[in-house]
Amino acid sequence: MSTMQSPQTLAEKVWNAHVVRHGEGEGEARQPDLIYIDLHLLHEVTSPQAFEGLRLAGRKLRRPDLTIATEDHNTPTLDIDKPIADLTSRTQIFTLRDNCKEFGVRLHSLGDKEQGIVHVVGPQLGLTQPGMTVVCGDSHTSTHGAFGALAFGIGTSEVEHVMATQSLSLKPFKTMSINVEGTLKSGVTAKDIILAVIAKIGTGGGQGYVLEYRGSAIRALSMDARMTICNMSIEAGARAGMIAPDETTFEYVKGRPHAPEGDDWDAAVDYWKTLQSDEGARFDNEVFLNADELEPFVTWGTNPGQGVSLSSNVPVPEDFEDENDRKACERALTYMGLTGGTPMKEIRVDTVFLGSCTNSRMEDLRAAAEIVKGREKDPQIRMIVVPGSARVRLEAEAEGLDRIFKDFGAEWRFAGCSMCLGMNPDQLAEGERCASTSNRNFEGRQGKGGRTHLVSPLVAAATAIRGTLASPSDIANTPVSA
Amino acid sequence: MEKVVTHTGIGVPLRQSNIDTDQIIPAVYLKRITRTGFEDALFAGWRRDENFILNTEPYNKGSVLVAGPDFGTGSSREHAVWALKDYGFKAVISARFADIFRGNSGKQGLVAAEVAQSDIELIWKELENNPGTEVTVNLDARTVQCGSIVAPFQIDDYTRWRLMEGLDDIGLTLKQEADITSFEATRPAFKPQTLPARTAD
Ligand code: SF4
Repeated sequence: MSTMQSPQTLAEKVWNAHVVRHGEGEGEARQPDLIYIDLHLLHEVTSPQAFEGLRLAGRKLRRPDLTIATEDHNTPTLDIDKPIADLTSRTQIFTLRDNCKEFGVRLHSLGDKEQGIVHVVGPQLGLTQPGMTVVCGDSHTSTHGAFGALAFGIGTSEVEHVMATQSLSLKPFKTMSINVEGTLKSGVTAKDIILAVIAKIGTGGGQGYVLEYRGSAIRALSMDARMTICNMSIEAGARAGMIAPDETTFEYVKGRPHAPEGDDWDAAVDYWKTLQSDEGARFDNEVFLNADELEPFVTWGTNPGQGVSLSSNVPVPEDFEDENDRKACERALTYMGLTGGTPMKEIRVDTVFLGSCTNSRMEDLRAAAEIVKGREKDPQIRMIVVPGSARVRLEAEAEGLDRIFKDFGAEWRFAGCSMCLGMNPDQLAEGERCASTSNRNFEGRQGKGGRTHLVSPLVAAATAIRGTLASPSDIANTPVSA
Repeated sequence: MEKVVTHTGIGVPLRQSNIDTDQIIPAVYLKRITRTGFEDALFAGWRRDENFILNTEPYNKGSVLVAGPDFGTGSSREHAVWALKDYGFKAVISARFADIFRGNSGKQGLVAAEVAQSDIELIWKELENNPGTEVTVNLDARTVQCGSIVAPFQIDDYTRWRLMEGLDDIGLTLKQEADITSFEATRPAFKPQTLPARTAD
């Protein structure tokens, strides 16, 4: 990254504002910088050994006041007042509770109004703010980059390092600008943008980079939608994704429980306004996308880069020039039980999952509810709706969204990671096909042998009505009851 | 992390190349939530065979593992080093280590000493002919000694320094604690804190 004088990118600005100590040396031989961490998020899966490491070394948690924990990956979304059945899950949850007590960490446990997916909870409490460094032992920490924060996932030994020192030794990331200009058509969402980006640059295309999403189409997005985009940066292989803060960001943060107040608010906004890539700042790589041309995008294969527009067909291996891509296609088609050339819209699904840290916030639920309202669910489809946090669930209920989903025939669940990963009771059965608003369609991700199509909340809702992958325009003529 | 300058202990000859981390510790043990107590997990698959070397006296009391080339390949699990340490190993000798394993070892105080395969063959013979022979790993002199065999070993300067000083990653960063504290003093007042907890109601 460049020095202070030359024009800087957003990522460089945030980085430079957190350097405790510059690494010595130049170029390749440069030692890592020591970077200060503003917010450390914890959950039950990646924290136990880090806490134990602290204990074994007789070390303290340096900043409990910059640390917060929630329970999400293992938690059931039904019968949350009953003991957790799976023993490993239960142990992880209890261990987190004991550790938080011992080290004085604020924890939002199952049943608490602020419990939920760690990446939904931080922003909603106003703890995620522009210009911060945010880390968590979870790759989708990139979500918080939507606020113009530098946010990335770390491993267990790094979790322990942050606990003990509130800092990390890091080599600077490269920067890539993703320019999305134009206006999205109706029915096209942030999820479609990011799926198209990943299909374009590939699942490894972002390796070593911080992606900065820019352009008029990005500026027009709400915070919920920006979080959807940054969330999936990791699926392009990137370390983090960022969007420069603007009025939309300030508006979202203002008045939240941990937002700055009074003079602090003014000082914060003054600073936040400087957090944009300077005119003439150099990115290590640039990508351009035309928002006008985007259509609803869905995946057909077993990695998030294997996506096509919903109106096209399942690819055939011969579509790919590269030998490896061809093989990957063959393998994915076999696993997914698909025949190349089949129109995507003819693919029949069994389950629709609306949830995960990608698409489980109010805007996602509202958009899906608007489509299913008064319509009939395909009788063979099972649809589960899992709000990202207990707070989102409460808000949605206050708006009556739960009724809409229930009347439609969907299950209305408690908050958590749920069917995003096969770690809790919500799983796909062998061979079951799911239209899912989550972020990973790897083999077995939603349960052993389960088949995942990543989709937007709008496509999820339309699919639940038609029974096959569908966009809102496909169900426009289905009857609506009053 | 404990300082290691020299270590002397019973050598265990493991005539096997390409020992991957799945062999060192099978995946089923990764579900645990502890950082210690992985001694039973070390080579768990192989230890079911009663003739496996760690099931025989006096090798079961060994603390220096002498293995074939390409030790520690495969998944990056940090548990592989924990298991070796928990069992009582202080050093592993091999002609070649997988990068990530070597990195993880250095961070956690396990010496990974790279010794030429020709020397390893000699050490294996010595340890097999005279079970219970001790091996000395001397970081200061960068040598391993076993009976009359003295062989040089390779280890990068930085890792060697850290091992001899007993510095783990956190220990190293904590040496810069004064810098961290002064940085903290400059953080703007508007930065949020999680405590005292505030919620929407
Ligand atoms: S919802 Fe899915 S991706 Fe997000 S934190 Fe949970 S498991 Fe990870």
